[in-house]
Amino acid sequence: MLRVEDLTVEVHGKTVLKDVNLEVPEGEVHVLFGPNGSGKTTLIKTILGFSAYKVVSGRIFFKGRDITDLPTHERVRMGLGVAFQNPPQIRGVKLIDVLRKLDIDGEDVSALLREINLPKEFLKRDLNVGFSGGEVKRTEILQVLAQKPDFVILDEPDSGVDVENMVLIGKALNGFLKQRSGLIVTHMGYIMKYVDADVAHVILHGTIVCSGHPTRILTQILKEGYRWCERCPERRRCVGR
Amino acid sequence: MSREEKVRRALGKPARYGPDLDLKAYVREAREWPTASIEELPKEVTGRASEVGVDGSGSGVYFQVDRSVVYRAVERMYEGKVEVLSVREAFEKYDWVEKLFWKLVEPDTDKYTALAYLEPDEGYFIRIHRGAKVERPIQTCMFVSTDKLDQNVHNLIVAEEGSEAHIITGCTLHPTVRSGLHVGVSEFYVKRGAKLTFSMVHAWAEGFDVRPRSRAVLEDDATFVSNYVCLKPVRTFQALPEALCEGKNSRVRFNTVIYGSGSSVIDVGARAMLRGAGSRAEIVSRVVASDSSEVCARGVLIGEVGDVRGHTECMGLLLSEDASIRAIPELVGRSVGAELTHEAAIGKISEEQVEYLMARGFSREEAESLIVRGFMDVGMLKLPAGLEEKVKETVDSIARKMY
Repeated sequence: MLRVEDLTVEVHGKTVLKDVNLEVPEGEVHVLFGPNGSGKTTLIKTILGFSAYKVVSGRIFFKGRDITDLPTHERVRMGLGVAFQNPPQIRGVKLIDVLRKLDIDGEDVSALLREINLPKEFLKRDLNVGFSGGEVKRTEILQVLAQKPDFVILDEPDSGVDVENMVLIGKALNGFLKQRSGLIVTHMGYIMKYVDADVAHVILHGTIVCSGHPTRILTQILKEGYRWCERCPERRRCVGR
Repeated sequence: MSREEKVRRALGKPARYGPDLDLKAYVREAREWPTASIEELPKEVTGRASEVGVDGSGSGVYFQVDRSVVYRAVERMYEGKVEVLSVREAFEKYDWVEKLFWKLVEPDTDKYTALAYLEPDEGYFIRIHRGAKVERPIQTCMFVSTDKLDQNVHNLIVAEEGSEAHIITGCTLHPTVRSGLHVGVSEFYVKRGAKLTFSMVHAWAEGFDVRPRSRAVLEDDATFVSNYVCLKPVRTFQALPEALCEGKNSRVRFNTVIYGSGSSVIDVGARAMLRGAGSRAEIVSRVVASDSSEVCARGVLIGEVGDVRGHTECMGLLLSEDASIRAIPELVGRSVGAELTHEAAIGKISEEQVEYLMARGFSREEAESLIVRGFMDVGMLKLPAGLEEKVKETVDSIARKMY
């Protein structure tokens, strides 16, 4: 479904990703673990084709098509959907304006709002302006659910969310991901309590250093932190699937 | 020196802000327009007026073309609640009108007020009676149909105690008019507990000059909301309407939405003088500048006593390398306890916002249009439904034409 080949990316002249290889087959959900600043968000934004993320070498394939040079909205129309970690505030642009574009009818919107516990008045509020951290997350998740993409990318869906809302988000996402493929980016791994993932990868200093069983990798990270990955002599092969 | 003489001298006095204009460049001759109902007016007139929110459906309607009052009326169900007259008629009807006329705006302020004093071309008188709630907006239109004309109107608005009303003033011109000058002096008296909203929508032409001069005085617990919308090009525009919050707990809010295009030079803003204990003022502007337009947005707050609060906010969005925006907030505190704040920001369309919306499936063009449309935030003006639609339509067509 999504294949990233030998991807090296520069942001403002600085190499942030180096020779990244990642493949998420159809029907699978993968997790990407990594400490802050390791390149997780850069990878997402590069997959989306954001202009500040310059592909120096390597290719990105989605549904078998090379999308490396496609504009963002065309990638999205092919079935990519992202819930951002820190979406921008946009004054005067309402959540409802975005949902209208996503071609979703009123009843479905109401159902989604209930599902993720977001009051209806959020539809008419300026996007992310004055939202709490948890509200931002839920608004992002709502948009992705409304978008119904074939491939879902979630950037830190669990950061800054309180326990009750984490349960709601986790439930909503787990059901949603069951029929889809996806990539979940997290550095704390809380979301893993709620979502079944097939494979986990660890990214350090812009390179994927290991791939394996999500629970085993997460347990190891929780136990010893990312220092364990730094020390690991076998990287990439250290934890079997 | 007599007042007359002082005013004559002021004919040579440039305004404090905005480009100076040569008053000799305009003409005084205009044909007389007979009185007529709105339906009887030519389509080019009614079509344009409707674009600025005047379609004749107001609780009261005043329509002036060039120097002639062509129509004024009050709907039967609002008789006794609101009066709409020409100022000439108001002078004949009420002795007290004279005491309010030229009381808030000094005729020798600058050459434009002097012109309106010495060469007056009518204007409207609106009185909202004590305690009257006028739910349907009052519509007024100042229309220019003669090329190069200077139209100098003087309006007087009295919102009596406890009354509530919304006045829409649409100012525009005939499609054949290329240049000219509109001077509009307006004096507002917002009495104790009254709520007056005044929405002015302008649609001029690239060769047209505009100099409104207005001042409002607010008594105890009075509220005055003044909206100004200008989305079409103009040659030069300069205005700094002022509210004097004399009364306790009086409230004023000025909202301005400007889309500068072509080579328009626009100097706009508002000034609020907080003199009554507990009075509040807000001055908010959203400015978009495209092409080679120059827009200056001012927000002046003066806290004369303690326990007053004011905030001024100017957001500017630049769409062209040749355009410019200046945001000038000015806070003057003259008493301990006056809380005055400002916020100003000028920028371009944020790439982060554009790409975020593209990640929701919008094309770049759609995303940029949506951002500009949102930025001009017509919703904050809380315009009456019909007018809001008209203004939104204009904003939408601007956003569409951006590409």
